[in-house]
Amino acid sequence: MSSISEPIRGRVYVLEDNIDTDLIIPAEYLNLVPTIPEEYHKLGSYAMAGLPVSFPPFTDKETGKTPYAIMIAGRNFGCGSSREHAPICLGAAGVKAVVAQSYARIFFRNAIATGEVYPLESTERLCDIFKTGDEAEIAADLSTIKDSGGTVHQLKPVGAVAPVIEAGGIFGYARKTGMIGN
Amino acid sequence: MKATLTEKIMARAANRDSVKPGENIWINVDILLTHDVCGPGTIGVFERELGENAQVWDRNKVVIIPDHYIFTADEKAHRNINILRDFVKRQNLPYYYDPGTRDYQGVCHVALPQLGHVRPGEVIFGTDSHTCTHGALGAFATGIGNTDAGFVLGTGKLLVKVPETLRFNLTGSLPQGVTAKDIILRIIGDIGVDGANYCAMEFLGEAVTSLSIEERMTICNMAIEAGGKNGIMNPDEKALEYVRKRTDKPFEPLFADADAPVAAEYNYDVSEFEPCVAAPHLPSNYKPASQCQDIKIDRAYIGSCTGGKIEDFIMAAQILKGRKVKVPTFLVPATVEVAEGLLTEKVGGKALVEVFAAAECEDIAPPSCAACLGGPIDTFGRTSGNEVVISTTNRNFIGRMGSKDSQIYLASPFTAAASAVNGYISDPRAFFAANI
Repeated sequence: MSSISEPIRGRVYVLEDNIDTDLIIPAEYLNLVPTIPEEYHKLGSYAMAGLPVSFPPFTDKETGKTPYAIMIAGRNFGCGSSREHAPICLGAAGVKAVVAQSYARIFFRNAIATGEVYPLESTERLCDIFKTGDEAEIAADLSTIKDSGGTVHQLKPVGAVAPVIEAGGIFGYARKTGMIGN
Repeated sequence: MKATLTEKIMARAANRDSVKPGENIWINVDILLTHDVCGPGTIGVFERELGENAQVWDRNKVVIIPDHYIFTADEKAHRNINILRDFVKRQNLPYYYDPGTRDYQGVCHVALPQLGHVRPGEVIFGTDSHTCTHGALGAFATGIGNTDAGFVLGTGKLLVKVPETLRFNLTGSLPQGVTAKDIILRIIGDIGVDGANYCAMEFLGEAVTSLSIEERMTICNMAIEAGGKNGIMNPDEKALEYVRKRTDKPFEPLFADADAPVAAEYNYDVSEFEPCVAAPHLPSNYKPASQCQDIKIDRAYIGSCTGGKIEDFIMAAQILKGRKVKVPTFLVPATVEVAEGLLTEKVGGKALVEVFAAAECEDIAPPSCAACLGGPIDTFGRTSGNEVVISTTNRNFIGRMGSKDSQIYLASPFTAAASAVNGYISDPRAFFAANI
């Protein structure tokens, strides 16, 4: 089991199934390069900019940050493109973890490789239980999420990727295991 | 031991006799592909992690094909091309296809095989989800993000999970007017947009071998729309000949065991398939075109790595020959080679460009990804309102072609062209019955 230094506490933003990468970060913003610091922050301000206008705003227009530390979703979160801008814009906006029933492979991999957000899997359909704005707490061992009523919901073990998460991403893992030099 | 094609390629790339689905292994990479949207970030990761003076692991294995934001006034898009140019110069990379020069190619997934960079049995990673296209020539090919690509750039290796394989046995022969696009949209409709999540999609059978190489690419290209890690096909003589014509480099093809253990097996007789669309807003929203004929369209779009190859334009021209379109019809050849083919290939004795001009299509755009993924505001064909579009591209997510209010129906070139002629979604078989 993986673990982080302290629990993740904050408000949740709730979405359903098949949240695709065009909703997370529309292609018109892919001219921004995530490794250029000011463009990294700009990407954060555009997080979830592809959602229809009927959804609650995700980021604060003035700060470019999100008041939601945790994203809750249904199945197949992050389907579509390989754009790493997707997990990066969430991380840059201030999201710490996504808790979904399942992930599209490339999003999951990019989230782990970059260390930008923890892609955690729920055992229940939490998007039917949580409402946007609810407070929640993810345990430091990443095994559970507690809702505002105090009910604890189990998360799936992170499994084989735990060492990569603990190392902070693919480069950290490769250094730790001696694949590449320090 | 019996193995799928993906398992065999991965085992060889890991210097092992065999691998099992679920294992995490380091594999050696034969080709790393990147473009203008993810290349600058990949270079950024590479230099941040390995140092500004780090050298790429093998300059002959890095292929950079700018294609996304080429014909735009967007300053950052231009800046990004300059980042690529600077890196290519510093690293002395031989395989860079610079916009604005005679080296420019266009859409990377059509250009990569055309240029001989796709070889059977090899491992290809690309910073684009449609890298899975290249499984059509018997390679293991999949999309990765900038960080993984930066890692590959420095080391030539990547840690990957061996995927389970879903085997699709395709038998029978396609009826007239039905295409590879209809095959893959039907499969995605059946298994769903996450039906192949993490899995290899292996396509075998006589209905695959009877397809042209470009049509095979259309199928593998959309494996990602079912969540697939890769799409893959055995490289038969047709595939080997395609590759040998385009490269002198040696390669050793591998072949799937048709009776290898797999996670699931699907059997289809494609002679029962019909022209179809994927309705908004998921590629899995399968509907026979014949059941959508009351849907009025505002434009048609023929282009992209999925539907902008020369055979896609030949199919469209077979319908458009001697007819006129009722809605604006946007044509974007995927690559320069395709654009040249529009001048030389003929339907009914006329060059494709003449057929399209006589049909009153919009002026043909220069090769690039264009409006397939929306892009900068001034992108050719980008939607800006509540347009209903029939498109030969690969995704119909909300906002995919620009506007959040537009509706995208994915279809084959036959169906898109037939719909353009009628102004409503149309079953192209009616045009064949009328002796096109």
